[in-house]
Amino acid sequence: MNSIMNDYLFFGVLPYVSLAIFFLVTISRYRQQTFTYSSLSSQFLENKQHFWGSVPFHYGILIVLAGHLIGFLFPSWILSWNAAPVRLAFLEISGLAFGILTLVGLLVIVVRRWMNIKVRRVTTISDWLVYALLILQVSTGLAIAVHLGWGSSWFATSLAPWLWSLLHLSPEVSFIGPLPLLVKLHIINAFVLIGFFPFTRLVHVLVVPNPYLWRKTQVVRWNWDRERLRQS
Amino acid sequence: MDVRSQIGMVFHLDKCIGCHTCSVACKNVWTDREGTEYMWWNNVETKPGTGFPTRWEDQEQYKGGWVTDGEDLKLRSTGKARIIPNIFHNPAQPSLDDYYEPWTYDFQHLFDAPEGDDQPTAIPISKITGEPIEKIEAGPNWDDDLGGSPIYAANDPNMEGLTEAQRKQMLEIERVAMFYVPRICNHCLNPACVAACPSGALYKRGEDGVVLLSQERCRAWRACIPACPYKKTYFNWSTGKSEKCILCYPRLETGQAPACFHSCVGRIRYLGNVLYDMDKVREAANLPDEQLVQAQRDLILDPTDPEVIEAARRGGIPEGVIETAARSPVYKYVKEWEIALPLHVEYRTFPMLFYVPPLLPVMSETQGDVVRNSVDALFGDVEDARPPLEYLGKLFAAGNLGKLRYAIKKELAVKIWRRHVTVGDIDEEQAKRALVEADCSPEEADDIFRLTALSTFKERFVIPPAQREMAMEMLVDPQELKAAAGFGFRSAPRRS
Ligand code: HEM
Ligand code: SF4
Repeated sequence: MNSIMNDYLFFGVLPYVSLAIFFLVTISRYRQQTFTYSSLSSQFLENKQHFWGSVPFHYGILIVLAGHLIGFLFPSWILSWNAAPVRLAFLEISGLAFGILTLVGLLVIVVRRWMNIKVRRVTTISDWLVYALLILQVSTGLAIAVHLGWGSSWFATSLAPWLWSLLHLSPEVSFIGPLPLLVKLHIINAFVLIGFFPFTRLVHVLVVPNPYLWRKTQVVRWNWDRERLRQS
Repeated sequence: MDVRSQIGMVFHLDKCIGCHTCSVACKNVWTDREGTEYMWWNNVETKPGTGFPTRWEDQEQYKGGWVTDGEDLKLRSTGKARIIPNIFHNPAQPSLDDYYEPWTYDFQHLFDAPEGDDQPTAIPISKITGEPIEKIEAGPNWDDDLGGSPIYAANDPNMEGLTEAQRKQMLEIERVAMFYVPRICNHCLNPACVAACPSGALYKRGEDGVVLLSQERCRAWRACIPACPYKKTYFNWSTGKSEKCILCYPRLETGQAPACFHSCVGRIRYLGNVLYDMDKVREAANLPDEQLVQAQRDLILDPTDPEVIEAARRGGIPEGVIETAARSPVYKYVKEWEIALPLHVEYRTFPMLFYVPPLLPVMSETQGDVVRNSVDALFGDVEDARPPLEYLGKLFAAGNLGKLRYAIKKELAVKIWRRHVTVGDIDEEQAKRALVEADCSPEEADDIFRLTALSTFKERFVIPPAQREMAMEMLVDPQELKAAAGFGFRSAPRRS
């Protein structure tokens, strides 16, 4: 009974709380404190180790996240891809590889932040919290990949339906109940991260500059009303 | 013809005494906040020298400006194609080491030190970490007047490609001919920083071409910093935003000259708007290096030509702004007299800050222990000028020595002519010959002399009216900004 209650709290309530905080706070922060939306780059203060942290971490995390997204949106693709063992192995190994890339990058980031006194000076408590949550998240993810094989398949059969049930506002916690503790931890921490997200530097992910690729090269802004001037 | 108005500037290098009053005025007004200590929106460089940040003209290292294949322009650092790999770590971004670590001193120690045998000292404290700095490696104007070492001159990127004799001529420290180049943002016609900004935070103001960086929109992707070939966008390590010279736009909008212009002791600075043809900029920016000085001049339109005026009206430029363009000192120096030249136009951003090149005549010679002043040398041959024309040509003419020679000859002829008029030890025939050779009439020479030497505030700064009724940035009721910080914020600029 107790564990069912807990499951319900963690997998039926927490996601909604986190997502509510996520949307409300990111939007209001964007509207009231646009200034604080920044990647807060520290490359200016330290330019060498920076490469070995930021680059592997970002390529790793972006590809891993993209994998999660595809698993969520198109579970049937994943299942049919995985039907051939070679392809399944390929997917598993590349997932693991990018996970390791992420963790290595993350560790470099944290060590650099701590060792370089200038960079430490611009690191806030919320940054440390982000690194702690991310390390927990990536290492549980890697542990799952190593110990509980064929994650991409059972993600498609158990987790994707649960995520969809969340989206349909009728959470089916029973999908999660039988899963190992490691997986539960990974899920819970994911929603904790989402809940903290809007208060941290992670908001830079939301302002990634896509229009740059198709906007005009030069930008001109007018304060004058040229129409009115032409008539006068 | 798409006529736009653009604020232009002229710095007369023959008049700059290298006093840094301009830099200090700017620092006090804009960059005395945390994170901006190391920024010099206005700095004054000794040339030959390495400049700020160190060797900024070396684009192999800093990757600033544009390159062309004759048809299309590409940013040397990050364009649309390369923004994705470069956004996580920009390989061309300069770091603090290329500038210097800002510091203060532990002055309190002078008061608190216990009594002892030695005088207490105030040790340097880093403005970033708050920790003592063991050894200060560099600071603002570290190479001012070459800092007592010819190494700074030898490391000047513009020295590359000079002949051995020319290098030697410049490096003999007793004879070294130094001059000063004050630099601010050039508010370019084809700004590389604007083109590089993935967020669209940087923009050119349509009304007067001032290039601004919206602090609210900047997201610290920091592409502008390598992109600007003049290294005039700076990264604020504290707020996590880039910042740059704003040409004191709140002052311009109220009819005042920018702080560095206003405070300039040598009165070397001129400001006024010019009209230019937007449609031609792209084509001009793709021409070969030697043609760029002329191409930029050709963009600037005659503000008294009825056709231009008509097109300007059609483009929505108010009468007042057309009228100030006709009185602009910049137009005179750049277009009419052709004696002001752009700095490193080969970066293809079309900088709108022009320089009247320095003459640096040999004024005295030592013979044994005797110093002899020579008047003749004051009016000597252009080709003997120090530093060599090749050197100046690299700075101000993208290697087109013809344009440079023309400007210097005319400057010299004006001096000869005025010497004839005021002192009289040069006869009229000789003076007139010098003028003819320099393609200059006595009237023009007098005009140049007057604007150069006797001009008033109002003649040096012809500021176009801001049309404040048309909602410029500053139209916000000042009371609303009370207790807000700096420029453009409604709340204090603090990171998260
Ligand atoms: C396309 C998407 C993204 C872009 C363009 C991007 C860009 C950036 C940039 C420019 C920085 C500053 C690096 C520096 O110069 O110091 C940064 C830092 C950071 N990003 Fe991202 N990011 C993206 C996605 C993500 C994602 C999905 C996450 C994690 C969930 C993430 C987590 C972080 C963290 C933790 C830092 C701080 C790194 C440090 O401490 O040095 N980013 N990001
Ligand atoms: S204030 Fe004027 S004279 Fe003095 S350094 Fe600046 S530009 Fe030169």
